[in-house]
Amino acid sequence: MAEFRMPSLGADMDEGTLLEWLVHPGDPVHKGDIVAVVDTAKAAVEVECFDSGVVEQLLVEPGTRVPVGTVLATIAPPGTPVAPSPAPAVASPAPVAPSPAPVAPSPAPVPSPTPDAPVTSPLIRHLIAERHLDRNALHGTGPGGRITHADLDRAAATTPPSAPPTAPAAPEAPPPATPAGASPPPAAPSPVRASPLARRLAAELGVDLATVTGTGPHGAIDADDVRAAASTGAPPTAEPTPSRAPTEAAPVGPAPVGHPPRGADMRAAIAALMARSKREIPHYYLTETVDLGAALTWMRDRNRELPVSRRLVPAALLLKAAARAAVAVPQLNGFWLDGQFTAGSAVHLGVAVSLRGGGLVAPAIHDAADLPLDELMARLKDLVARARAGRLRRAELSDPTITVSNLGEQGAESILGVIYPPQVALVGFGRIVDRPWAVDGLIGVRPVVTASLSGDHRATDGATGARYLQTMAHLLATPEEL
Amino acid sequence: MTTITYREAMRAAMRDALRRDDRVFLMGEDVGRYGGCFGVSLGLLEEFGPDRIRDTPLSESAFVGAGIGAALGGMRPIVEIMTVNFSLLALDQIMNNAATLLHMSGGQFPVPLVIRMTTGAGRQLAAQHSHSLEGWYAHIPGLRILAPATVEDARGMLWTALLDPDPVLIFEHGSLYNLSGELGDDAGSVEIAHAAVRRPGRDVTLVSYGGTMGTAMTAADQLAGQGIDAEVVDLRVLRPLDEATVIDSVRRTHRLVVIDEGWRSGSLSAEVAARVVEQAFYELDAPIARVCSAEVPMPYARHLEQAALPQSATVVNAVHEMVG
Amino acid sequence: MTSALRAGVAEPLVHRRELLYQMLRVRRFEERCVELYSAAKIRGFLHLYIGEEAVAVGVMAALTEDDSIVTTYREHGHALARGVPAEAVMAEMYGKVTGCSRGRGGSMHLFDKATRFYGGNAIVGGGLPLAVGLALADAMRGRQAVTACFFGDGAVAEGEFHECLNLASLWRLPVLFCCENNLYAMGTALSRAQANVDLAARAGSYGLAAHAVDGMDVLAVEAAARQAAAAVRSGSGPAFLELRTYRFRAHSMYDPDRYRDKAEIAEWKRRDPVDLLAQRMIADRELTRGELAALDADISSALDAAVASAEAAPVEPVGDLTRYVYSDPGGTR
Repeated sequence: MAEFRMPSLGADMDEGTLLEWLVHPGDPVHKGDIVAVVDTAKAAVEVECFDSGVVEQLLVEPGTRVPVGTVLATIAPPGTPVAPSPAPAVASPAPVAPSPAPVAPSPAPVPSPTPDAPVTSPLIRHLIAERHLDRNALHGTGPGGRITHADLDRAAATTPPSAPPTAPAAPEAPPPATPAGASPPPAAPSPVRASPLARRLAAELGVDLATVTGTGPHGAIDADDVRAAASTGAPPTAEPTPSRAPTEAAPVGPAPVGHPPRGADMRAAIAALMARSKREIPHYYLTETVDLGAALTWMRDRNRELPVSRRLVPAALLLKAAARAAVAVPQLNGFWLDGQFTAGSAVHLGVAVSLRGGGLVAPAIHDAADLPLDELMARLKDLVARARAGRLRRAELSDPTITVSNLGEQGAESILGVIYPPQVALVGFGRIVDRPWAVDGLIGVRPVVTASLSGDHRATDGATGARYLQTMAHLLATPEEL
Repeated sequence: MTTITYREAMRAAMRDALRRDDRVFLMGEDVGRYGGCFGVSLGLLEEFGPDRIRDTPLSESAFVGAGIGAALGGMRPIVEIMTVNFSLLALDQIMNNAATLLHMSGGQFPVPLVIRMTTGAGRQLAAQHSHSLEGWYAHIPGLRILAPATVEDARGMLWTALLDPDPVLIFEHGSLYNLSGELGDDAGSVEIAHAAVRRPGRDVTLVSYGGTMGTAMTAADQLAGQGIDAEVVDLRVLRPLDEATVIDSVRRTHRLVVIDEGWRSGSLSAEVAARVVEQAFYELDAPIARVCSAEVPMPYARHLEQAALPQSATVVNAVHEMVG
Repeated sequence: MTSALRAGVAEPLVHRRELLYQMLRVRRFEERCVELYSAAKIRGFLHLYIGEEAVAVGVMAALTEDDSIVTTYREHGHALARGVPAEAVMAEMYGKVTGCSRGRGGSMHLFDKATRFYGGNAIVGGGLPLAVGLALADAMRGRQAVTACFFGDGAVAEGEFHECLNLASLWRLPVLFCCENNLYAMGTALSRAQANVDLAARAGSYGLAAHAVDGMDVLAVEAAARQAAAAVRSGSGPAFLELRTYRFRAHSMYDPDRYRDKAEIAEWKRRDPVDLLAQRMIADRELTRGELAALDADISSALDAAVASAEAAPVEPVGDLTRYVYSDPGGTR
């Protein structure tokens, strides 16, 4: 006995509706005869059978929708006597149109989607982690129980954030804040704008991007910012070797205003200037290791009150201290010209900035000793950005009265720098490092920096230089006065 | 060393190919008696005769398709289409036949065909002669897409393309034909698989090809005067894209500007940017920038056309934005 | 394809029997495809050649091994009559690696290098330029070969048709254009699409030899094709045959066939090309009904074997998905 099935009339046809039988039980049929009309959702199509014989039973009533492949009728071999039956013996195939056949009483009901693990998107998971929320305590109000942004905000408003895994466990946690809006929701951490490379470097170097000041496009943190922060928390600056760019207008031809010389020109200029310095200036060198514990603690406290864009970095404190010390020891702030020392009219602090293409310049922050710290910080950022973009002003290149070289990314512990002629001193800062340190008779671990002074022996003696370093160390011990 | 124009280099390449392989012939509108719409094939009819330098009716679909058929039949045709805009009349043949026959036939029928066409704007030819649609063709698997930007490539790409068993489209930017450059006396074929670093640099990568290579190089010169050291990459091959060269460059410079005379939306520049983001995301130190044509049909008036096209000043500004 | 058909020089009785065998084989192959499609073994679009068998079988009988074929998406009959093995065609329907296009083409894209079968082309008119180019290559290389290019009446509305007839005629290229005029471009009757339905006359306006032929009579088709191919082969330029035929089934499996009158279909079926030849041979005492039944049974068992081999055949590994996008091994670039 052959079976006549719901045919597939297209790749997109999964089911069809039997519209009409063109044959009756007992009718003889031949291969290729049209036996029924089927609605494919696109059109009513006459369908043929692929067997010859006698129609035995019609199994599906017109109007029924069934899946492709469902047996619609049986065809007996030719000559078989078939008792005519008036109506199709319906109901053997499960019709598609109504709801699926009810499942027999199931011993083990299918568990509903785990109620204790609400559905979350990757973004939501990220935010849950970032805000230290308990995922299982969240109630999703989105489609299908999904957790939405609003759910997170609600949860943040009513429950204290769970302690971040890295935070030390508080033995006696304060009682939860009074619920229901008595405490404002903690401000969501403001997003940090940082380049992908900066983020990668920050992760590798263990730098918290929230503490880094961006100097990249639109204030974004770029790779150099991270490298600087990783070493001393300072902006990117000098090279370890005491090579310095000219402070007078570039000695190798007149550079266009605001455009430091580049490439080979730059190298040649540095070479000429440094050779002149070492040839003409009898250098002496002094170093002093300075405890920065107080300064950094003070800075962190201060930063908590500041928006990310205005946060301080240690370099700002070091520069300010160097400038203030130069006011206190004016013999080091000025120029050796025509065989004698000429004091600077103010402290215009040269800051060595390394350039992306190699080489460096040391433009001035004017009146650095008089600038409030956050103003000094803003000037520093601006200066570094413009130095990198080649947009320095001529006065910035020619005015420094004393220069600071702050070892940044290279991260050596100390630097003994070469003085920029015609200046008479160069201040160096190494990397900030944690070291055992005696405080009030006890050994503790403190962040320290090695400060150095390179002095022109023609203008000053070591005692003057030592006074300068002591003054600076004192200033850094009392950062609130900076 | 001789000084040669891009047009002469292309002609020398065709003459060389016609001499080396008698299966090679040139077919297209006005390639014979007229000497080529842009004068590229001038003199070839006299040297090789009308059987191998074939003037066709203005039937892009028929003669491009005939090129495909002739390639199937054992020849090595060079089909010239006057401009990329006209190539749309043959797009059915290029897309549905040239690019698909090998695959649809389960590897039985490769199509060793070369199609040359002019692309690009800058000559005040308005909106039906000036577009840069090579990015569309670079979308199609089965095709190799070349964009010679130098006289070396104009001279050297054709022969290598003719050796390729698969269809190769060569896009010649109309503004390049009069470009002249030095060419070695022994200049010959060049590889057609890789991009080239035309100028090394450390601060930013400028990626371009074809007609905007000049724009990119000019921008790099201007940036150098400002202390920014730009690396310039010439894609040369638009499909298959040599992403390794681009990504290697970005790994060094950490910044990318793509200059593409096509429209920005759905463009080749979008493809380059996407691949860099996919494969070198954590190397990027600034958002990728693109300098493309304005999204308008190319206008006729010179000032409007220039305003619509990528300019070196725009590239310089884009770089300034990203170096902060 | 048997040598008797290809050579076309066999003794007439044997030759007619061969033509009958070829047509009946195509008919039965197509019927088997309907069944397999209904059972969801074959997918995609399926365009059947039932009713048009005399065209492919008659034209192929006039060609030689050196000639090339370019055809359309209704090409099972062309492939079988040209000699592409039924197993390879059926396996292609199944999407198997043993298919004549390794499962990458399907019903509409049968290819076979061994028989110079340059493919089913699913773009109406898209094959004509290829045929012109193949003929151009033959002409330039001095090969005495014909490229037979099959297309339907729908292609006459395409610009490529006119471009190609002109170009082939202009360059005197050895193309045999075979227009299978089955009166319908999918659901659009020729008279609803063309201002002048005399297709041979229109082709003739391009300066090439053009004739209309009864496409239901395989002997008439073969005779016309033989004459035209000889002229083309001799270098007198392209020729055009309008082969007036009819498809008995709908355009494709999904087509409810609402645009044709059933009486019209019945009228054409009275001139079924297979019956026409069989009845003639029976009347001429060249064939008995018993022999016809035996022939049918042979064909049926051969098709059973083709289906069984397609069922059993392996599929292309998905790892080879990108092969044949480019010629170099390793596939896509």
